Amino acid sequence: MSTVAETTKGELTADEQAHLSDRAKGERRLGWRLAGPAFIVMLLVTLYPIGYAVYLSLFNYRLTDPAGKKLVWLQNYITALTDSLFWQAFVTTLVIVIVTLIIELVLGMAIAMVMNKVVWPRRTLRTVVLIPYAIVTVVSAFSWKYAAQIDTGFFNHWLHTLTFGGFSESYNWFGGRWSSLTIICLSEIWKTTPFMSLLLLAGLAQVDSAQEEAAKVDGATWWQRLTKVILPNMKAALMVALLFRTLDAVRIYDNPYVMTGGANKTETLSMLVGTETVSRVEIGMGSALAVILFVIVLIIAFIFVKLFKVDLTTSGRS
Amino acid sequence: MSNRAKNGLGVVSIVIMIWTLIPLLWIVATSLKGTAALGDSSQNVLGNFWPKHISWDNYKLIFSGGASDLFVPALWHSIIVCVVSTVISVVLATFCAYAISRLDFPGKKLILTTSLAVSFFPVIAMVTPLFNLWRQIGLFDTLPGLIIPYLTLTLPLSIWTLSAFFQQIPWEMEQAAQVDGASSWQAFVKVIAPLAAPGVFTTAIIAFFTAWNDFVFSSNLTAQHAQTVPAALSFFTGASQFVQPTGAICAAAVVVTIPVVILVLFFQKRIVAGLTSGAVKG
Repeated sequence: MSTVAETTKGELTADEQAHLSDRAKGERRLGWRLAGPAFIVMLLVTLYPIGYAVYLSLFNYRLTDPAGKKLVWLQNYITALTDSLFWQAFVTTLVIVIVTLIIELVLGMAIAMVMNKVVWPRRTLRTVVLIPYAIVTVVSAFSWKYAAQIDTGFFNHWLHTLTFGGFSESYNWFGGRWSSLTIICLSEIWKTTPFMSLLLLAGLAQVDSAQEEAAKVDGATWWQRLTKVILPNMKAALMVALLFRTLDAVRIYDNPYVMTGGANKTETLSMLVGTETVSRVEIGMGSALAVILFVIVLIIAFIFVKLFKVDLTTSGRS
Repeated sequence: MSNRAKNGLGVVSIVIMIWTLIPLLWIVATSLKGTAALGDSSQNVLGNFWPKHISWDNYKLIFSGGASDLFVPALWHSIIVCVVSTVISVVLATFCAYAISRLDFPGKKLILTTSLAVSFFPVIAMVTPLFNLWRQIGLFDTLPGLIIPYLTLTLPLSIWTLSAFFQQIPWEMEQAAQVDGASSWQAFVKVIAPLAAPGVFTTAIIAFFTAWNDFVFSSNLTAQHAQTVPAALSFFTGASQFVQPTGAICAAAVVVTIPVVILVLFFQKRIVAGLTSGAVKG
């Protein structure tokens, strides 16, 4: 660990070199001493559990039957990947991710553009839009659940009035898979669009307004300006917002848990891991599912970073 | 911008704000409904939305009535666990971010990449092994048993936002102060600390939100002695096992929401800066 980085900098005497490399060494030691604790805590509380999950996933292990713990290698994975319940949860998660992402992107972009241009009520809008981001997910889930329920809710009453009686007041949103997922997605969109909007607003602020003006003078339509000038200029922000939202949506748990508890085939992958571990105490199988979920998340992150060449650790960090 | 465009955007803004506020108003409205009014639209106005007669019964129920055994301890757990984990992670992250933005040492990129990867972990993937381990070493259903996993939520976030903040600080000022005769410590306290404080503070608020929001850890790693409010909410039961305690849940939901809404109202600008500087810098 004694490479001398400083010597390449210029003409130095031997004495100065020794002094500088000492200083560099000291800086390294100090750097690790300051950064180390945070790094170690992070590793201990994440890498250890993940490693342990990988290990446990190779066992047939029920918490209620510790003596029956048996090494089964990849059997849990094979069982999981050939189980229709797994694929059902996979499809549910995929639907939620795709639907919420598309709507949030469009809605989030629209809101960001309004926030960027609006004159009045500028401050109030920015504050109000931020609120759902800060709301506890469980609270928002309960709010949407009660709003959609037949007896306690107002959705059906409002829809009934808006459609001049066309919409049945006794429609049961939580009676089927797709109607339940509609409410789950709506709640998710309400809760997380602000996050998307804020990241996109930061991106919009980076768009060169002179370029936009020039395009306007040249007679570009609003759509042309959006797709040819604005969006390409805020590519980094767009990608980061999409990446963070995708990874978040893939891990969705609280919302469907509170609203349906997984009924009507609305169980997501995260919920599947939870039920397997905590309700059924099938630690081995639960761990295998957790590892699968983690691998899915890693693949998505990898695809995003490669595809869009977002270097999250260095790009643009001055 | 023309006046018409200005007003048009104003109208759109109001529509956005209504969409944002309705679910919140709805939770407040439901918490103010008496048991009888909950499912009886004739006792409410605006299509079963707002109660005709405001009732405080649900708040009495959660603070002094039957649900208080569950709610009041949960509220304390939430406050203690979130404050402690926020403080720990912000302190650790401040040192870490200072080192990353100020010192030259190998492994900087490793730390940033690791903290990013950690924030991508599906939280539920950590629950399985922690559940098992916590039971073995007696951390299951304890406050430290929640504080430790909460660090995985708050630390990566804090390291990233703080590194972004610290990179914007003009560190030359510290050296200038030292040249003028201040000791390193004086230079740090007098010059750098005041510049860094807003960033540290913003990070603390965002970290607090994240911990306050957690449901997965709290609902899976606790039984009854350390449950936080989000988890306790989903375990509320009504007068009988078969009655959903809708009103009480809404009252509790309003109570946990108030602190975060107040924080948002006061620190709106800083939170936006923190969120965006942590994630996007072009």
